[in-house]
Amino acid sequence: MKLSLGPSLFFWPKAQVESYYHQAKSSSADIIYLGETVCSKRRELRAKDWLHLAREVASEANKQVVISTMTLLESPAEIQVLKKLCDNGEFLVEANDLSAVQIMHDLKMPFVAGPAINCYNLSTLKVLLKQGMMRWLMPVELSGDWLKSILHEAEDAGVRNQFECEVFSWGYLPLAYSARCFTARSEDRAKDDCQYCCINYPEGRRMNSREGEKVFVLNGIQTMSGYQYNLINEVSALKELGVDIARISADNEQAFIQLDKFKQQLTQPEHYPLDGVNECNGFWHKIAGMSIAQ
Amino acid sequence: MELLCPAGNLPALKTAIDNGADAVYIGLKDDTNARHFAGLNFNDGKLAKASDYVHQRDKKLHVAINTFAHAGAEERWKKAVDNAVAIGTDALIIADVGVLDYAANKYPDVERHVSVQASTTNLEAIKFFKNNFDVERVVLPRVLSVQQVRQLAKSSPVDLEVFAFGSLCIMAEGRCYLSSYMTGESPNTVGACSPAKYVRWQETEQGLESRLNNVLIDRYQSDENAGYPTLCKGRFEVDNNVYHALEEPTSLNTLELIPELMAMGIVSVKIEGRQRSPAYVEQVAKTWRMALDRYKQNPNDFAVEGAWMQTLANLSEGAQTTLGAYHRKWK
Repeated sequence: MKLSLGPSLFFWPKAQVESYYHQAKSSSADIIYLGETVCSKRRELRAKDWLHLAREVASEANKQVVISTMTLLESPAEIQVLKKLCDNGEFLVEANDLSAVQIMHDLKMPFVAGPAINCYNLSTLKVLLKQGMMRWLMPVELSGDWLKSILHEAEDAGVRNQFECEVFSWGYLPLAYSARCFTARSEDRAKDDCQYCCINYPEGRRMNSREGEKVFVLNGIQTMSGYQYNLINEVSALKELGVDIARISADNEQAFIQLDKFKQQLTQPEHYPLDGVNECNGFWHKIAGMSIAQ
Repeated sequence: MELLCPAGNLPALKTAIDNGADAVYIGLKDDTNARHFAGLNFNDGKLAKASDYVHQRDKKLHVAINTFAHAGAEERWKKAVDNAVAIGTDALIIADVGVLDYAANKYPDVERHVSVQASTTNLEAIKFFKNNFDVERVVLPRVLSVQQVRQLAKSSPVDLEVFAFGSLCIMAEGRCYLSSYMTGESPNTVGACSPAKYVRWQETEQGLESRLNNVLIDRYQSDENAGYPTLCKGRFEVDNNVYHALEEPTSLNTLELIPELMAMGIVSVKIEGRQRSPAYVEQVAKTWRMALDRYKQNPNDFAVEGAWMQTLANLSEGAQTTLGAYHRKWK
């Protein structure tokens, strides 16, 4: 099983992004995803800057580099940027909206179906394969049993060898997307006057219950889990299911350490007790996502 | 422009038709639709009756099969399509790409609409559905502004339907796992958001508390109206500031957009609320019928009446309404 570093879902200054991916080059990740997936107003790096960065990482590290694309696309201008990224001519593309699937199909290029593509069953998987999907990342709300069922069906249908399967395995989960910017709202500002305030919250803004429970993280128009999803104790199960790639979501502090941990877990599995006030693994076990099955 | 009303049962369906709906949308009595609540929706017998009632009056019936088919259980969703077609539905409202594929291949002549749960917000995504499943119509998510809807309407190769009134989903529909994160059940998988079985009310010294799967969603003082704890409409704390961090309890109301929606060529305005009572359906259908007819009689001199707004506000969450994302400032 390989490891990937998922795209950073946060908004960081350009220099920080560059130094982050400089560090990623020597990380334990086999695959590096990069690009803006949350908000088109985040323009510290433009399409050409992301592609430039991708080129740099690809040329200096023996890793596959994938360009991740936007999830919620509402305007023709956003579609124009998406087309530019899709038609980059060098890198594999992660589609996070069916618009990108359509564009990649028109370009006759293979693509990764990212976490925001609603692929819940074999029939959908088969449609996406016809469009050119070569790798599938399961929606984050689905369980290990659900995955097992789809992969068995894919095997029976003779298509399992046509795609790689990737599972979101560590980090704050992307849970929802809105027209509204919750970070701007938290500063009592409208989205049109957001002043790019996400940049002040490199790990998003915590949204707790009035009893102090870490419920969600506000990240612009995206709402994330308040706890970090952690499948470190499921690595053997992932391998057994034939999962090809475990994704570690990029963050400010821990992603590189987690990549090392997961790498070690591949050869020397160990049980890590999860921390009930910071971590969760419920989705995998088909219970409330925010809870833990030890 | 079609007035499309919700019905959770036969009485609501009859009420909708009798009060001016051009079409009604309903769901089957299982988890194939996104309002899978106890005591709601149509079994096979009721489905046939619904079809008869609607068609005898020359109106249209749409059947919503708008959750995502479970791995290993796709048959249930295919069966739902078969049943809807068997009773002569005029349109299938489908969210799942796999289910759409099935419907398009098996019943090419039955009209297919892309459900709002498919989160189709741009031209390329519309093309995906048109090219692959020859859909007739796309229901737009409630995340677009009026300007964005107008732009799409100009270039869309298929008809567009928009939400006109009802509970306001603030997230892109079909792309929200907040409910399953908190309870294990989401609109996509079980057809319900913030399911009632996880709701708990408790009178405490600090006030009336509402909880969802034990997470505190809101706490009300004695002078405040308590609302259903839909998790995105609770009060939470961000850096010591307690407020409706995502959205206030409010409903979408777009009466005043009727002239614009007409001018854009939007084919249908949809009323939310299959879970609501026949009384709700009656009031909303009647009010919207009046407004649409008034516009048709005199398009150049259309003005929203205060009484209409009041009727609709009274039926709304928190007794207030908003233009939502249609109005840029809401974002």
